[in-house]
Amino acid sequence: MSNLELVFPEIFLSLSIMFLLILGVFKKNSSKLIQNLSLIILLIIAVITFNETLGIEETLLFNGSIIIDYLSSFMKIVTLLAAFLVLIISSNYLRTFKIFKIEYQILILSSVLGMMIMISSNDLIVFYMGLELQSLALYVLATFNRDQLKSSEAGLKYFVLSALSSGLLLYGCSLIYGFTGSTNFNLIATQLNSNEYALTFGIVFILVGLAFKISAVPFHMWAPDVYEGSPTPVTLFFTMVPKVAALTVFIRFLYVPFLNLIDQWQMILVFLSIASMLFGAIAAIGQTNLKRLIAYSSISHIGYSLAGLATGSNEGIQSSIIYITIYILMNLGFFSCLLMMKRNNEYHENIEDLSGLSKNHPLLSLSLLVILFSLAGIPPLAGFFAKFYIFKSVIEQSMYFLAIVGLLSTVVAAFYYLRIIKIMYFDKEKEKYDTDHSLWLKFSLTASTLLILIYFVFPSQLIKVVSKINII
Amino acid sequence: MNFPILSSLILLPSIGALFLFFTKSNKENNITVKYVALFTSLVNFFLSIYLWILFDQSTSEFQFIEDRIWIESLINYKVGIDGISILFIILTTFITPLCIISVNNSIKNRLSEFLIAVLIMESFMIGVFCSLDLVVFYLFFEAGLIPMFLIIGIWGGTRRVYSAFKFFLFTLLGSVLMLVAIISIYWISGTTDVVKLYELGIDAKYQNLLWLAFFSSFAVKTPMWPVHTWLPDAHVEAPTAGSVLLAAILLKMAGYGFIRFSLGLFPIASEIFTPLIYILSVVAIIFTSFIALMQEDMKKLIAYSSVAHMGFVTLGIFTIQQQGIEGSIIQMISHGLVSAALFLCVGVVYDRMHSRLISTYGGIVNIIPKYSVLFMLFTLAALGLPGTSGFVGEFLILMGAFKDNFLVAVIASLGVIIGAAYMLWLYKRVVFGKLVNLDLKEMVDLNKSELFILTCLAIPTLFFGFYPEPLINTIEVSISDLISAYNINVVDN
Repeated sequence: MSNLELVFPEIFLSLSIMFLLILGVFKKNSSKLIQNLSLIILLIIAVITFNETLGIEETLLFNGSIIIDYLSSFMKIVTLLAAFLVLIISSNYLRTFKIFKIEYQILILSSVLGMMIMISSNDLIVFYMGLELQSLALYVLATFNRDQLKSSEAGLKYFVLSALSSGLLLYGCSLIYGFTGSTNFNLIATQLNSNEYALTFGIVFILVGLAFKISAVPFHMWAPDVYEGSPTPVTLFFTMVPKVAALTVFIRFLYVPFLNLIDQWQMILVFLSIASMLFGAIAAIGQTNLKRLIAYSSISHIGYSLAGLATGSNEGIQSSIIYITIYILMNLGFFSCLLMMKRNNEYHENIEDLSGLSKNHPLLSLSLLVILFSLAGIPPLAGFFAKFYIFKSVIEQSMYFLAIVGLLSTVVAAFYYLRIIKIMYFDKEKEKYDTDHSLWLKFSLTASTLLILIYFVFPSQLIKVVSKINII
Repeated sequence: MNFPILSSLILLPSIGALFLFFTKSNKENNITVKYVALFTSLVNFFLSIYLWILFDQSTSEFQFIEDRIWIESLINYKVGIDGISILFIILTTFITPLCIISVNNSIKNRLSEFLIAVLIMESFMIGVFCSLDLVVFYLFFEAGLIPMFLIIGIWGGTRRVYSAFKFFLFTLLGSVLMLVAIISIYWISGTTDVVKLYELGIDAKYQNLLWLAFFSSFAVKTPMWPVHTWLPDAHVEAPTAGSVLLAAILLKMAGYGFIRFSLGLFPIASEIFTPLIYILSVVAIIFTSFIALMQEDMKKLIAYSSVAHMGFVTLGIFTIQQQGIEGSIIQMISHGLVSAALFLCVGVVYDRMHSRLISTYGGIVNIIPKYSVLFMLFTLAALGLPGTSGFVGEFLILMGAFKDNFLVAVIASLGVIIGAAYMLWLYKRVVFGKLVNLDLKEMVDLNKSELFILTCLAIPTLFFGFYPEPLINTIEVSISDLISAYNINVVDN
């Protein structure tokens, strides 16, 4: 075990969680301290991951059940930073609802731990363990505002449906184990026999489970309700972080053991992708709640990153990772705006509440304008480049149908983003919102807006980083 | 030439806009804001004139090329101009300051935001006309939607929301297919660099589909019949300065695109689809002219006349004759000047009477004589009276058309007559006749800034009407080389 230091981030994180838990129990009113400590811990782990593991060669640990490579390190850093940002911008919201408790930070840290394990997993059992760890934490997070009916409902719904999908996933795992005799990704790859139809069934079941976790159509039904009911910072967490982890597993699961069966799963991915892009775009049109709307929009965005995965090429994987990274950035900006819509200790989350925002809060509405146009994929904003890379890799594989459907659904999607802009800019103004936002909230909004806005100046930077990810 | 003059042209308005963004707008410094914007756009205008002076007319090679790596091993930021693009750049930099002067009367609220939108728009439009890489072109082409959407939506009339949405979604829908085509070209040829693509050529078997994808985008932007319906709505609801930008510059992007990309990159497909363009153009000329005849709203009438004029432009481009394409470009420049002026003319009376209906007016010739004279001039230019730039364009286009296809040319010529009918009838109903509406007596004649703008537009209209040589000299070599390259390609296959 000479390479134990490579899993040091995970070990350090689990020890910290236990420490924080004990600290929280014995020290009264320690939520602020724990908040700060969690932030520091997340940063430390991100730095360690950056320094220790980024750039090292692919290393297998624990009999090949954990893999440390560029992909895992990159995705871990994205996860950690996203979790960090969620934590720093959520404190005001939690205080308003009097739920600023130690459990929040600890649960977020534990779900991050689960995701890190998922990202590094190279074995079905390890992967399932990580998945369940993060899911359990997420169920509780969804119900975190337990005095509200909707929040409890969200948690329950998420729990029941997620448990069902985990069951399907496990069934798939057992099928694969039965027909290949191993749970290790690399070993499965050597035992493949494409004539085994049961193996295909196994893949399908696992894909269904994973599609559920990233809320791809037709396994998306939970997303709008859960997103709407959960506390806003938790919704932000849902829309970004678990998707990164699940996408990594998607990549690893499809491209390491089952690359040779690409004919079998490519169709499924193309279907998931087209259905998500179209359905997300069309269903969002009728929404009046911003959180529900962003739920459908996230379904649609997941469709695009799945389109990258469906190509079966390295460029496709890279474009998908670029897409999810830029998507996280845009989502962060969007939710920062959402968290700023506060008046008299009440958060407003309907589209109508944005009415005439540009008159009262010109800077806030300008940022939201940039973010929305970017989500719609209009050049020269970052969202356009994300889509551009995806369609580049899709067209490279001559999947023209997928590309054209995807681009047409951007036009449909543009409609509802434009509707928000219309309400902000063309409608009559309402009462002003509070402006005493925390510094961090302002920071995250400004930073994400500026990054989206000036991404076109140096688009090569992100590509350079991501292009080191070579799975195939 | 190491000074990146084209990039400066693109960047300068944006920098001005950034400056405006940090200037707090209130009642007192509205003037400051306006002067900053005006100054920026004027500097840009003189820079572009300087560019024209430096420009070498004797070659069709691209000049002032800047080539930088933008996305590594994928896209280069490449800009450069030839005889075709320089005129559009000058048109853009010429119209923008006039727009900025004109906001005095029409834009009442959020002036500094409006000027920011106009300046950013200028940046994007110049970018469209000088980009030599398909992706860079697409970027600028699409980005222009954002400021225009806001201009129509925020400062527009009563049905502004509908119009803004229609404008945005129509043009976006057209353009996404072009993006597919651009990426496909990258995978077919390994580059999106226009100059290299000119040399390499594109395999004939792909050309038809690619041509259609580009066509879907340009046809909506031009706009060609039957996808022109967004234009009247957008024009009617946009504020005067917005209409001017839309008519004078935005519509020219597609005409430019047809010449630069459809003819230049897909000659074989262009040859195949020429009948399609002919039919659509002729329908546009005749059909929309008749529609224009029946309009009761002045802005709508001019909008439909724009569609008819752009029909001439597309017709001229696809004659693939020296005269036809030259005529198209001159027609586009002329239409840029004349339609801008006509929209401003409508804006002048609208600011006074708050009505765009023709029936509101009548008999104002004695009340506002200066206005009537200038309006007359532009009406005549729009119908193509000899001595105005409109004549040169239409005449050359028809000449080219007669060489290529007699029947099409005859029908198109009929369109000229209907064009004269609706323009003259408009003028008659607005300016002459009996003074019925007594409120009109209160109207004041053109103020200084309005007079200045309209004169500025009148001078080139007349000048190039009598002496189109400078324009023709600039574009001649580029077009003749384009045509010979086109013919070689077509004959080869």
